[in-house]
Amino acid sequence: MSAVPTPAAEGAPRSAPLLRVSDLQVHFPIKRGLFFDRTVGHVRAVDGVSLAIDRGSTYGLVGESGCGKSTLGRAVLRLVEPTAGRVDFDGTDVASLSGESLRKMRRRMQMVFQDPMGSLDPRQDVESLLTEPLRAHGLGGGRKELADRVGQLLDAVGLPAAARRRYPHEFSGGQRQRIGIARAVALEPDLLIADEPVSALDVSVQAQVLNLLEELQERLDLTYLVIAHDLAVVRHISDVVGVMYLGSLVEQAPADALYDEPLHPYTRALMSAVPVPDPVVEQRRERILLAGDLPSPADPPSGCRFHTRCPWRQETRCDDEVPVLRELGAGHWVSCHWAEEIRDGVLAPKSAEEVAATQGVSVRAGAGALAETDALVQGVDQPIERT
Amino acid sequence: MPTSAPVLEVEDLAVTFSRKGETPTRAVDGVSFSVAPGETIGLVGESGCGKSVTSLAVMGLLPPRGVRVSGSVRLDGQELIGASDRMLRRLRGADMAMVFQDPLSSLNPTLAIGTQVTEVLLEHRDLDRKQASAEAVDLLDRVGIPDPGRRLKEYPHQLSGGMRQRALIAMALACSPRLLIADEPTTALDVTIQAQILELLRELVVGSGTALVMITHDLGVVAGLCDRVHVMYAGKIIESAERHELFARPRHPYTGGLLHSVPRLDAGRGARLTPIRGSARDTIPWSQGCAFAPRCDNAEDDCLGDTVPLEVDPAYGTDRELRCRHPLQPARVGAGTSGAGVARAATGGSGATASGPGR
Repeated sequence: MSAVPTPAAEGAPRSAPLLRVSDLQVHFPIKRGLFFDRTVGHVRAVDGVSLAIDRGSTYGLVGESGCGKSTLGRAVLRLVEPTAGRVDFDGTDVASLSGESLRKMRRRMQMVFQDPMGSLDPRQDVESLLTEPLRAHGLGGGRKELADRVGQLLDAVGLPAAARRRYPHEFSGGQRQRIGIARAVALEPDLLIADEPVSALDVSVQAQVLNLLEELQERLDLTYLVIAHDLAVVRHISDVVGVMYLGSLVEQAPADALYDEPLHPYTRALMSAVPVPDPVVEQRRERILLAGDLPSPADPPSGCRFHTRCPWRQETRCDDEVPVLRELGAGHWVSCHWAEEIRDGVLAPKSAEEVAATQGVSVRAGAGALAETDALVQGVDQPIERT
Repeated sequence: MPTSAPVLEVEDLAVTFSRKGETPTRAVDGVSFSVAPGETIGLVGESGCGKSVTSLAVMGLLPPRGVRVSGSVRLDGQELIGASDRMLRRLRGADMAMVFQDPLSSLNPTLAIGTQVTEVLLEHRDLDRKQASAEAVDLLDRVGIPDPGRRLKEYPHQLSGGMRQRALIAMALACSPRLLIADEPTTALDVTIQAQILELLRELVVGSGTALVMITHDLGVVAGLCDRVHVMYAGKIIESAERHELFARPRHPYTGGLLHSVPRLDAGRGARLTPIRGSARDTIPWSQGCAFAPRCDNAEDDCLGDTVPLEVDPAYGTDRELRCRHPLQPARVGAGTSGAGVARAATGGSGATASGPGR
């Protein structure tokens, strides 16, 4: 894939961004065969993504399962090795680090996981969970200092001091996520990557955790990369939002601009699909139903990757020319050949049935030939099999 | 609104789980509702509120041991509680059907989709194998599965999540049931696929007059689909109303709290959310007052002591029911909840201070 312009790089020249990702690619080999592992192809989980996150801001990455958003987050931390591209954290190329220097760098980049029960050791009590990262990095000093620090952390995330002797199973989901957050901020990181931080929580509790994240950001001057499938959550918390589809960014804009005027057809469809808890709005709004499922990232469509499902697909360019990110408004980047025409209403969308007919797929489901690789598509968000 | 006789009437349903050496847990406690043909009702609540147990009790799918079900469930006037297994088996799949949350675990991984769909047809309708398989093709086509002839020979793992859910819906619809219960049918799916499935359910209800019970935690899904909404908390219905009424003027502080704690796609950035304090664990038994009282900003002394009854909401005539002594006033809903709520949320945090993490 050709180099995509790094959006923020050409924006207003503020101070250098804390994190800059340039043309990042993560490909996973698909292996077949009983005795010899033959590589028969690659799942292009992340395929040429560039983005930059300013200090103290929140970048929200949205997309459906299998779009590569989690893999991108992991690749930034080098929890998976990028295939190509570059990740610069505070001016240092993360790929150039190894061993001790990588470990030191990781202190400054921490992650909050989706499932707090799965990411906390059930046999460690809270004090031990919270001091482990400090001890691992040789911080915090003696017993007394560590104990004080645990007290501060519990206080910061709104847990009672009595929690320090308890074990993860004694807490509710929301409280467990608070422990996960306390553990992540224990090392006073600069960047916090939160992968679906609230999607495992009950709705009434989600707001508590979102508010906590915002509070901590202000207090500790954190920079966030929030990865989520829930557009409403991302809109709520982000300064800049990037929308991913099949391993690429299709649109990136300041949160309000993106939601006020989504330019990419996929973003539009995605937003029209999110139910709003208001019957009046639900009845009024137009719904763009997409044809079919996500195509396989092992065999992405040619040209614009969204063309197989796009209600605005045109006869020319869409099928064979890969669109690049172009800046249409202030900081509003979109990769669609026809974005201006769609915005101005020159082009009219086709219904899902029509799209399906022209693409030879059924209205509501993906092309049959791809079924075999569906398992792969869904597997991408899972802990990744590395080879 | 449908005026014909209800398909399903649930009256005073209670489900108690008991285990040796443990105090029995009452998961569902005096739940009553009804659904008319062509109507969609929503049972809304968070995990543990008893909405799924309610649906399992209606379907007669709870295990016989360690569970006590009381009250009345009538399908077209026929009593199901205490009915024989044989009768229930005849009704399930034919007159009432259910769609579950996770399609992968409710399909048999070792059987082809076709076998599973035709099984229902062979069991309940007088068809031979050939007719059943033709009917199965037709069903898959109706729920929007492409190339249904080929799909019938495939196994669940070969289908994507959205298609599996369609296959499950096809099985549920095989005998044109009078009642369809959908338990979080879209929770495991991506939003664009969720939109497709919801659209499909909507068409079905309108097209065939099936009564649909939608069980979900997602207020957005409810807002777009359900005619009437019952909000559940700790095993009891705490508020029920027509959906426009409910969303425009929530009366129970829990309903209002839910509406204000979810970020909305059409709300601007920066608006601070008003969470509900604590978690669903911070509850008291209904016999000692309102189970929501420990998390409620409106709670006063008379919320504790005795069970708060579900009564017709005096402010809104006979169509709304409410289980609350200090409901939200319409004027307070929009502006008022933010002030007090935020202050408490900031200090109280998870509410752990009020109740402590274990209990």
